[in-house]
Amino acid sequence: MSDSDLSGFGPAGTTRGLPTAMAAAQAPEIILADARSTSWSRRDFIKGIVASGATVAGLSYFGAGCTTPLPAQTAGGVERLISLDVNGQTRRVDVLPGETLAMTLRYKLGLTGTKLGCDRAECGACTVLIGGVTHYSCSTLTHRVRGREITTVEGLAGPNGELHPVQQAFVAELSPQCGFCTPGQVMAAVALLDRNPNPTREEARVAMSGNLCRCGAYHNYLDGVMRAAREA
Amino acid sequence: MAELIGKDFTPPDIFGKVTGRARYAEDFRRDGMLFCRLLLSPMPHARVRSIDASAALAMPGVVEILLPDDVPEQPGPANNILTYEPHFVGEPILAIAAVDETTAHNAIQAIKLDLEPLDFCVDPLRSLRPGGPNARTDGNTIVPREGIREIKWSQADFDEAGTHLPMGQPGEEWAYGDIDAGFAESALVLEESFVTASTSHHSMEPRSAFAYWENGKCYLHASSQSQALTLPGAAEYIGVEPENLVFIAEYCGGGFGSKGSAYPVMSIPAHMSRKVGGRPVMMRISRAEEYFLGSARPGFQGRLKMGFRTDGRLLAVDLYIVQENGPNQGFGDLGSAASAVSIVYTPVNMRYRGIAILTNTPPRGAQRGPGQNQMHTAMEPLIDKAARELGLDQVAIRRINAPTHESGYGGSQGPISSAYLREALDMGAEQFGWAERRARSGQREGSKVRGVGVGQAFHSAGSNGFDGLVRITPDGRLHIHTGVGNLGTYSYASTSRVAAEVLGYDWANCEIHRGDSSRGLPWNNGQFGSNTSFTMTRTNYAAGMDALQKLKEIAALELGGSSRDYDVANEVVFQRANPSRRITYAQAATAAIELGGRYSGREVPDDINAMTRRSVEQLAGSGLVGVARDNLERRGTVPALAAGFVEIELDVETGRYEILDYLGVADCGVVLHPQSLATQIRGGGVMGFGMAGAERHVYDPRWGLPGSVGLHQAKPPSYLDVPSEMGWAAVDQADPENPVGVKGIGEPLMGCAGAALLCAISDALGGFYFNRTPVVADMIINAIAGRSQSHRPLQVNTQ
Repeated sequence: MSDSDLSGFGPAGTTRGLPTAMAAAQAPEIILADARSTSWSRRDFIKGIVASGATVAGLSYFGAGCTTPLPAQTAGGVERLISLDVNGQTRRVDVLPGETLAMTLRYKLGLTGTKLGCDRAECGACTVLIGGVTHYSCSTLTHRVRGREITTVEGLAGPNGELHPVQQAFVAELSPQCGFCTPGQVMAAVALLDRNPNPTREEARVAMSGNLCRCGAYHNYLDGVMRAAREA
Repeated sequence: MAELIGKDFTPPDIFGKVTGRARYAEDFRRDGMLFCRLLLSPMPHARVRSIDASAALAMPGVVEILLPDDVPEQPGPANNILTYEPHFVGEPILAIAAVDETTAHNAIQAIKLDLEPLDFCVDPLRSLRPGGPNARTDGNTIVPREGIREIKWSQADFDEAGTHLPMGQPGEEWAYGDIDAGFAESALVLEESFVTASTSHHSMEPRSAFAYWENGKCYLHASSQSQALTLPGAAEYIGVEPENLVFIAEYCGGGFGSKGSAYPVMSIPAHMSRKVGGRPVMMRISRAEEYFLGSARPGFQGRLKMGFRTDGRLLAVDLYIVQENGPNQGFGDLGSAASAVSIVYTPVNMRYRGIAILTNTPPRGAQRGPGQNQMHTAMEPLIDKAARELGLDQVAIRRINAPTHESGYGGSQGPISSAYLREALDMGAEQFGWAERRARSGQREGSKVRGVGVGQAFHSAGSNGFDGLVRITPDGRLHIHTGVGNLGTYSYASTSRVAAEVLGYDWANCEIHRGDSSRGLPWNNGQFGSNTSFTMTRTNYAAGMDALQKLKEIAALELGGSSRDYDVANEVVFQRANPSRRITYAQAATAAIELGGRYSGREVPDDINAMTRRSVEQLAGSGLVGVARDNLERRGTVPALAAGFVEIELDVETGRYEILDYLGVADCGVVLHPQSLATQIRGGGVMGFGMAGAERHVYDPRWGLPGSVGLHQAKPPSYLDVPSEMGWAAVDQADPENPVGVKGIGEPLMGCAGAALLCAISDALGGFYFNRTPVVADMIINAIAGRSQSHRPLQVNTQ
């Protein structure tokens, strides 16, 4: 490979500190192929996805403006357009077979209060209630919760927008620090107080233990849970 | 006066946090948004021979590829954006954008990557041995002010050391006093080697980023502790003028130092977006990726020789630190560790030597108490060992060595602003009931034994020279513009209240503007280094004082006399001699707009930063503008100091322990916001317990592969690992170099707790010292059984 070939790449890591000749000899070969010259028109693209059914979820990431007619079922026989009961509303949504509830909530229903901290059921930031029970929505398939009552942090406020007692208590106790785990902590606390309105601090500690907080605000979250129990 | 200092309040951003309305970088959406995924190096050090992306780019829905050639080269040893020579597992090589994330992911999988493996190193001492591997082709260490060099120690250096840390040629050193004389005078000399593990930051929000271009401006949403300070660096990574970057970082889901300033990966979606004509690009970073490229605290291998007088006074310290630096620039933990020793223990004579050795592990950066907290967790148990040998109480030996206001800092022994560590120890000992608890230490009940520990830590906690910017608008409201960032400590808000305090404002009539560079923000320091409380109270004081002076001048212009004749109260400027001669702040704001010039921001002081100048230009004419650089006097290092007290119950059959009680005591000057100080003391304590007892990065020495790429492997503490109630206190003594007496505090709150826990474990074991963090259950069991540990002395990457 000549020096003029190298100039086309100008690679960062390889030339650094190396003699030019050596760098030239070791410059990587990059094959982008003629796919780059193939211009995918929108028409081709939509034809492709209608045929394959593989990337419709991608389009629906961009909001409700997906005008492409959907196939009623995927090749695997799973109905894609389903109804979800989220925060007391019925939401029609196009869901891929392997899609997680967290992704559906965040990217299709605009409910970004549910956070993704690990996407593998370790941290609890994505905690939502399904039938009143805490679930890690990152590890729950959306198709499994059709017809179930799903509650997210956006669904807690009262009819006039007043905060849920747990939310009020978390404000009063300055429970959140960075706030990223907070929606999950709120949902865990709500679920606890729904089934046990007067928990001991130790019961609350165990009930909340599926939710990590790297800021280490555990004491103040527990203060919040106990205050909510007192004041609810 | 408004009397806002030292009072609790509800920070405005907390409502977004509890309702889910707070938007972090991954919560933004825009029409036409693409997703990008990264191709990461599977090897610890390699050179790309070839990349065949043809199949990936032919996939339906794939839009663009971003190669190292497309992004600015970062001169070594800076962290790369993308590279053809990855230096650690998980270093990004290229990115692919597609219409959805699954397609982008599949395209990444379809890339054929041919790598030439290169020498790598995950153990600093191996690299220092004669003929040992280098992490970079151009060397194995970074020498301050010189750059990348190769330093190897001789076989004799290793042979002479035995099980101690060898001490060959250092990369940096300093000394004061005469350590030989100090050791000669000492009644007890301890010489110990130690290891502290490297740890991840585990920020709950991975560093996802989102960017697009519109009308020549780049809009970047990123996870960032800091606002103003991050912008110029991010602009440089992106290759855009700072004034053409709109940087939005209203919320940050944890950073702990790892998101303190601009970092390369945040620029990738901006580069990709530019390549696709400005179309929005979302780059989600996974938890595993966060362990690769999310920075980490460097581990230490150290050697510490200490000489004590019979009363415990430390006469001499000789410290050597080998820092596991990652492959790039790293962070100056080792030097900070040495300086921390100088101020917390005030040794009469001290020498420090250190060397940062490059390893093919994640690039290192600042993590809460960078250097200080490794040092304190290593050294505090050894202070206890000395106390035990000298027959002294653990608190007493710390008291006698505690700094005074006249103590010196670091190798230069420069001045400090104030130090109340001794008062913190006394307050803590009393509130914790140290004497009673110490009396029960070692008591056995069944398989459980009690232990107590006290720990200390330091971090420098203040800066100066940044700008303050406030506005009073014709509706009478005070607008405080802050560029500091929002790490989650609420200090952006508590420090803003100082401007309201100066102007005597009712807090309900104040509004904070922040989080988005288009909102007219001043040039401020980053939200890191425990500096915000000290630094930002000064800037807001300076801006508030400027606004106050302008209010009085406007009153004099309107009502006659001199500005010196006027005072303020209840948001009104009045003539002292005749209080009925008065104008409201609202009227003064209207007058300021009419007067123009410096009153309304049409003219600005010469010494303010260009970023502040642009912001004032944007806001000019909207009200009375108070803007000033913090030119207040600052004489020396501002010490944040903390003491922690722990009691544990350790099960001698399982090696597990329960932390029964914790008390953290802060020397943070005047307490600015009690409730947030309490959360910092407790939260720092939780992080310290994790550092002391669980967390570590692990690398397989044979292949250089990481073993800690999930929260369950790297083990940050959960609710069940820490006490459900943790106590706090503060000495609440004013620092003389801050207009409201405030110092920062965030970082030492971690180190003092971790150190106290390690001391308590050793105390429960009757004085067994591990010389290592973390101390895990099997180490405790081995110690109880009298067995040797499963790791070799100085071994890194252990369980």
